[in-house]
Amino acid sequence: MSALTAGAPKAAPSAAPPKPSAAAPRSVRRKNAALGLAAWVCGLLFVLPILWMVLTSLHSESDAATNPPSLAAPLTLDGYREFFGAGGGAGPWPALANSLMASVFSTLLVLVLALPAAYALSIRPVRKWTDVLFFFLSTKMLPIVAGLLPIYLFAKNTGFLDNIWLLVLLYTSMNLPIAVWMMQSFLAEVPTALIEAAQMDGARLPTVLTRVVAPVAAPGIAATALICFIFSWNEMLFARVLTGVVAQTAPVFLTTFITSQGLFLAKVCAASLVISLPVLAAGFAAQDKLVQGLSLGAVK
Amino acid sequence: MSTPTTTPAPGAHDEERGTRARAAAPAPKGPSNRLRGWVTRAPLLPALVFMIVVTQLPFVATLVVSFFDWNALYPEARSFGGFENYQEVLGDAELRDSVLTTAVLTAVVVLASLVLGLGLALLLDRSFRGRGLVRTLLIAPFLLVPVAAALLWKHVLFNPEYGLLNGVLSWLLGDGAPQPDWVSDMPLAAVEVALIWQWTPFMMLILLAGLQSRPADAIEAARIDGAGAWQIFRYLTLPHLRRYLELGALLGSIYIVQNFDAVFTITSGGLGTANLPYTIYQTFYQGHEYGVASAAGVLVVIGSLIIATLALRVVSSLFREEVRA
Repeated sequence: MSALTAGAPKAAPSAAPPKPSAAAPRSVRRKNAALGLAAWVCGLLFVLPILWMVLTSLHSESDAATNPPSLAAPLTLDGYREFFGAGGGAGPWPALANSLMASVFSTLLVLVLALPAAYALSIRPVRKWTDVLFFFLSTKMLPIVAGLLPIYLFAKNTGFLDNIWLLVLLYTSMNLPIAVWMMQSFLAEVPTALIEAAQMDGARLPTVLTRVVAPVAAPGIAATALICFIFSWNEMLFARVLTGVVAQTAPVFLTTFITSQGLFLAKVCAASLVISLPVLAAGFAAQDKLVQGLSLGAVK
Repeated sequence: MSTPTTTPAPGAHDEERGTRARAAAPAPKGPSNRLRGWVTRAPLLPALVFMIVVTQLPFVATLVVSFFDWNALYPEARSFGGFENYQEVLGDAELRDSVLTTAVLTAVVVLASLVLGLGLALLLDRSFRGRGLVRTLLIAPFLLVPVAAALLWKHVLFNPEYGLLNGVLSWLLGDGAPQPDWVSDMPLAAVEVALIWQWTPFMMLILLAGLQSRPADAIEAARIDGAGAWQIFRYLTLPHLRRYLELGALLGSIYIVQNFDAVFTITSGGLGTANLPYTIYQTFYQGHEYGVASAAGVLVVIGSLIIATLALRVVSSLFREEVRA
């Protein structure tokens, strides 16, 4: 349909009569092609640092640290090997496991809390349900750092310092408002008529939920879970202040494993990529609903 | 239960919601009504109680601590100090600088990524080959773990000896190429660039959604009436995008005001880049000044409340339209 695909001899003008581009003069078509090219250049430019990171992670340390950069240096997996602890040390596994635990459990807890709440805010709304919704949102806008000290003192006095379950609770509170908002907007998309019809046929609440609501809302719920996972995985301020040796998460590990001695560029790139991989995967999987989630359901 | 006798602003869309609320048949009066109210409310309560306990109580505690003269290294000297901590915060040049740094950092990053995001969204708001792929490529920076992104910029791109930026300079200009030490020479700009790179995709996504919700017929009509591309952009697209721009700016502000990762990683708060979150972190984590850190925290909350009120208004106006639609 676009100007670029029209490289085939004469796109039939009858195919898309109202579309001006199809029947457009050559200058317009050329302009469209130029703009498409510009979009490609911009996209590549933006992703260039990441591509460079991938390439650097596959070079040996000495090839990674040359100026001007060596593009054609031989590829090696040494950076990854070193990151995963071939050179001794515990390696990143405990930190990765901690991050996985904090992210997965907090996401599950978020779902358990947010699903009923979203139900009570959309399908069968309580009085003043919008006020409640906006209360949730307002908690998201208060800076985390302002509550950090009391949480630290609480953890210290109750022995919860350096405990992954504390992070699970905090990440839950961090993501719950987003999840409530997102799920509210997804559940609101379930047609009321559908629910009423099911009830008319004598379906009880569990049946309505599993047979009517769940199929419609499932993609949205999945996207919500992925976004909560991303935010938990990325978090660093809480993790840095509240964890130490035992419960250290991957982002904190990333900031501490650089040694001042020797070259570390390939290793850092490998580490950054490995640690970002779950987020990249989750983000691309949730791509279609990403906007809606990040704008708290305000933009579809 | 759907009678909107209450509240002006957000509560006002109870009315629009009436159709849905009516599904729950109007309850008879009396105690069963009250019971029914609690049954409707019950699914909400766990989440609500959890949020109040985990997010609101710490702020109350912060408020209380902010009135005490409390250094963790001298716990026995803890005493009530009234507004002393606030005086200290407002009188401390370092803290005042960090307020300014936070404002500059937030404003620059938000504005720059909005403008870049708008440009990219406009480029993507047309069909061309590989459009989906380009969109996916553009999202990638936003999906990098923030600490990883900060490390990438600091070590791989900005490094004066073997970073990519200086590498490209010596590629292009040969031996005599300038080799600036980016992070030391322009520390705040270095942090800003890294953040702009990460946040532009976010803005692009929101603005692209805005562009795609434009009424196509109005634009077509304008084009037939002979309006040029610039006129359509200026008088149709931009007004339509206004609320999406506001939303992007406000959501971006909320996250960037709180930024800790980039400042911590790239400059460790040195060279005049310490923003408020970093300064508060340091005041209590390294300085052990609990009272002062709390007072600063309270001031940050007050500042955020101002932004948050604006943000909530924008979200609420978008939301109201959505509910009505």
